[in-house]
Amino acid sequence: MSTAGPVSEAVRPTGAAVMDPRLLKAQFPIFATPRERPLIYLDSAATSQKPQAVLDAMNDYYVSCNANIHRGVYTIAEQATALYEDARRRFAAFVNASPREIVFTRNSTEALNLVARSYGAWKLKPGDAVLLTPMEHHSNLVPWHQLQAERQLELRFIPMTGTGELDVSALPKLFADGKVKLVSFVHVSNVLGTVNPVADIARVAKQHGATVVVDASQSAAHMPLDVQALGVDFLACTAHKMLGPTGIGVLWGRRELLEAMPPFLGGGEMIRTVSLTESTWNELPWKFEAGTMPIAEAVGLGAAVRWLEKVGMDRVFAHDRELAAYAMERLGEIKGVRVLGPAADKRGGVVAFTVDGVHPHDVATVLDRDGVCVRAGHHCAMPLHEALGVPSSARASFHCYSLREDVDALIAGLHTVQKLFAR
Amino acid sequence: MDALFRDHILDHYRNPRCHGSLERPDARVEDANPLCGDQLRMDFRFADGRVAEVRFTGSGCSISLASASLLCEAIEGKPLDEVKAITRQDVLDLLGIDDLGPVRSKCAMLALKTVKAAAYGMATWTDEDLDQA
Repeated sequence: MSTAGPVSEAVRPTGAAVMDPRLLKAQFPIFATPRERPLIYLDSAATSQKPQAVLDAMNDYYVSCNANIHRGVYTIAEQATALYEDARRRFAAFVNASPREIVFTRNSTEALNLVARSYGAWKLKPGDAVLLTPMEHHSNLVPWHQLQAERQLELRFIPMTGTGELDVSALPKLFADGKVKLVSFVHVSNVLGTVNPVADIARVAKQHGATVVVDASQSAAHMPLDVQALGVDFLACTAHKMLGPTGIGVLWGRRELLEAMPPFLGGGEMIRTVSLTESTWNELPWKFEAGTMPIAEAVGLGAAVRWLEKVGMDRVFAHDRELAAYAMERLGEIKGVRVLGPAADKRGGVVAFTVDGVHPHDVATVLDRDGVCVRAGHHCAMPLHEALGVPSSARASFHCYSLREDVDALIAGLHTVQKLFAR
Repeated sequence: MDALFRDHILDHYRNPRCHGSLERPDARVEDANPLCGDQLRMDFRFADGRVAEVRFTGSGCSISLASASLLCEAIEGKPLDEVKAITRQDVLDLLGIDDLGPVRSKCAMLALKTVKAAAYGMATWTDEDLDQA
């Protein structure tokens, strides 16, 4: 599987010391903000915290050269355009893609909707099937539900094993009748933490001529990604989970597909020529970037990528997995706590769990009294929770600034929860 | 622990009052809080313009189930006009808490939404006042 493979030279830090999460954490100002009790942030799968370098980059842009891009010919407009396009180039290198293939969107959700509306609505015909999985975030289900109704599509699902992994042995049968024209699935589950075998699934899909879409929301932020090695056609991710700001995401797509498919939104910037009754499209990637884009946010994303490259994505991944393994071990020691999902070596830095007799919302509220932030609910994956037989769960998730002490605080808090709710 | 998990709330959560279902109820209303998966079903029997009987079943967090228990207990025997006039603050008073953030507020107000729907003879009740803190 490519995800655990060696990191490319482009992202390998040169001469950097071994990653020390304590030193990294010191670069995140939110942890230094005075508050009643220290912030124990275990919700990085929902959104990550931001290092000072990202905040500074965005602020510097506003202070030094705020101007609209691709329009003005004066100096600061040129500077703003250069910064925006530099962020695109930086992200392209980060995932081993061409900058032409990097489309900025609002978030992963918009990137997936773009694929469904522009590619799906253009290419899929009545009777075609779209293959999804039961562990999708709503953002990779609902756009296909919407398209299904319009195009009379069939939705199929790769079955999930009892340990929350995709059953890839079912793939040949799912493709057998030749109806599956598109496969869209999550790289790392935001609930189970499962790291899905993207390259394996993509290979089978390609053998059957299907287009492959990957939701990399939880992986781009935590592990080295190489779109060529993954062998997929589209990849969606979002900046705010990867130490960048909210309001900007990325769709990577194969150039020939992006060239061929119609634009998503119409407006300024995405056009080449406009007359009163018709228009022609701009070249890639601007054909998909209608209206004024989130410029400062793109600059922030570029700074986040630079920061992550310095740390090394392989190190971030190793650190997250080690913490997840530690959390699973400690949670396993508590009677009445059940961890959802696969073994530690099959997952990223996400650990969802339930506490017998206590609703996850109550778990999260009690933990919050100790400054421990965990997510509680269905994490935008209602069908997955239904499959697991639990209405909702609590979830701890990590990033490079997370410490073992954070897990210890979670465990201590869970003992308080159990004491409080004991009969 | 602070007011949110005072004995009063945990008591209603563990030993809910008015728990169960009614046979052939005059109204049965179901509602859910999609945010956290709280689900509530309430059965009502009306007589002489009053809530003669109310029973609820559901699954959810302590706040949502305790407010259902407290609210059902409070409205049984009450004229419908009074039930229609119950406010967000009344529910907070029943719970004995000053205020809740916008997220937990949805848990606490699920019962009131359900009761209002029944009192007005509607399938669901949408009220911005109940949603927002």
